[in-house]
Amino acid sequence: MSAVAEKAVFGTAPATKGRSTGGFWRRVARHVLRDKAALFCAAILAAIAMSAIFAPWVAPADPYKTSMIRRLLPPFSPHFILGTDELGRDMLSRLIYGGRVSLTMGLAPVILATVLGGSLGVIAGYFGKHINMAIMRIIDVFYAFPSVLLAVAMAGVLGAGIVNSLISLTLVFIPPIARVAESVTTQVRDQDYVEAARATGASAARIIVQHVLANVTGPILTYASSLVSIAIIISSGLSFLGLGAAPPIADWGLMLNTLRQAIYVAPVNAVLPGVMIFAASVSFNLLSDSLRTAMDVRA
Amino acid sequence: MRDRGGPAQPLLSVTGLRKYFPLRGPLGNVNAHVQAVDGIGFNVMKGETLGVVGESGCGKSTTARLLMHLIEPDAGEIVMDGDPIGQGGITVRELRRNVQMVFQDSYASLNPRHSATTEIAFGLKVHGMKAAQARQQAHAALRLVGLDPDLFGDRYPHEMSGGQRQRVNVARGIALNPRLLILDESVSALDKSVQAQVLNLLADLKDRLNLTYMFISHDLNVVHHVADRVLVMYLGKVFEIGPADSIYAKAAHPYTKALLASRLSMNPAHRVSAAPLTGDPPNPVRPPSGCRFRSRCTLAETICAVEEPALNDIAVAHQVACHAVTPGSGHSLARGIANAA
Repeated sequence: MSAVAEKAVFGTAPATKGRSTGGFWRRVARHVLRDKAALFCAAILAAIAMSAIFAPWVAPADPYKTSMIRRLLPPFSPHFILGTDELGRDMLSRLIYGGRVSLTMGLAPVILATVLGGSLGVIAGYFGKHINMAIMRIIDVFYAFPSVLLAVAMAGVLGAGIVNSLISLTLVFIPPIARVAESVTTQVRDQDYVEAARATGASAARIIVQHVLANVTGPILTYASSLVSIAIIISSGLSFLGLGAAPPIADWGLMLNTLRQAIYVAPVNAVLPGVMIFAASVSFNLLSDSLRTAMDVRA
Repeated sequence: MRDRGGPAQPLLSVTGLRKYFPLRGPLGNVNAHVQAVDGIGFNVMKGETLGVVGESGCGKSTTARLLMHLIEPDAGEIVMDGDPIGQGGITVRELRRNVQMVFQDSYASLNPRHSATTEIAFGLKVHGMKAAQARQQAHAALRLVGLDPDLFGDRYPHEMSGGQRQRVNVARGIALNPRLLILDESVSALDKSVQAQVLNLLADLKDRLNLTYMFISHDLNVVHHVADRVLVMYLGKVFEIGPADSIYAKAAHPYTKALLASRLSMNPAHRVSAAPLTGDPPNPVRPPSGCRFRSRCTLAETICAVEEPALNDIAVAHQVACHAVTPGSGHSLARGIANAA
């Protein structure tokens, strides 16, 4: 827009050409879609997720059918593309079914922790003072323990099992998410537009929902997405230690554990579950990195 | 609740307004207080523009926020057209509906995730309007500030210029149909040509919507242009208040004189050669005893350190808080003056 035009139309603002470039989320989506690495990772994750969801149709064999004579067949054996495990079960089928547990364990605790920890953090950040003190100091107590140790300790107390390890992982992730939520909310709370919203006479709940959340969900989601890969790894670790999924359930961490003894006999088979964990967690990480840069853009 | 007390009753009457911000030590113990606003009182008359001037940190913005109860005052009474805020009067919510504010930073005061319409409609919905009607009202407010709702209604703050954003802020302010609009340095951040446009817009809106303005600014020329009356603040105190012409023509307080002398002249022969005022304002945590200006005042005498000057009439509706112009104050310069009132 030229200064001349602005002066000519005295009293009214000049009309600028071009339409609105759209909302924040549309811009973020456009940015991520332009990122090739992110798209590749999304494709890998989609493939893992789809095969896990439709496992009964996708898997070539029954993942629980054992056979003593077909133990530890190498990959590319007839009928067993990725070979068999130490009990003669089809590796490919087990890896496909294993995705069900691992993806659930990666996503569910993070989603739960985002809702719970995010709410706690936003409340602490918005109201500040004593409420902030009370919430954040309790959360600091959880911070004192390394996350893996905390997960192991809680899974140990609650007992083994998928649901219990899901609960313990949720508890592990609440503190860091709450802390991120608290710090971004504290910044947003002091902005003029929040003050302007208060000046209209709006209630705290209304301001949080319509003004604060719109501005803090971005950073919180970005941070939470980076936790998914950690969740997959820790849940695999819990399964490996015998605190998560119990045999004979197909789970990548558990498979890594049981195939451990065969590592000298059939190294490729033993490593395959690890490759899956690696692929899934790296994909989640790169995707969240892309999300982070996309959200940093401020035109 | 439109005009009730008639034109003679002030729209807003403030007495003894005080706010001290506690300074906390490392253990959360209160060490001292910043005396941001210390017992000020003034009236805002219906339909006028009250200019508020003073250096940075003198409490102008704090006063504005206190008036809207965005900060809780420690003491003092605010009366809106005869109704006190609080018990026996109107609620803070009602007060906020009648008093709206436009902030300095046009970008920071708009939610980056809200379009112009959403932002303006928010306050209307807060006061019980249905979404569709609120959007319509928001569009009407945009039209009032000279923005075409078809073009600007769906725009986000980053898609508008500073002047356009500030128009949206004004639209949000007037959408609730307030009686008083507080303009807290609202045009200071805009460049001169846009500033002139927004000032003209504000003057136009004032007539059309029957508004009263409280215009906070450090730009003395702008204040002279828009204000009917001017209030001069220094370190949380009112030093001088009176009709704009009277203040600009015959300022009585040495601080007001120094402020006016610091303005840049268009005439090269009238360059400001020596700083009219030196040093920084004193620490508001431990302000000087007596008159708060005495540490920088050329006229300071013993009495100024002992006794705090009260606001005194020196002309019609023109009040000053200075010993040097108050008859009988004990200041040597005040001896010759006859009692004005």
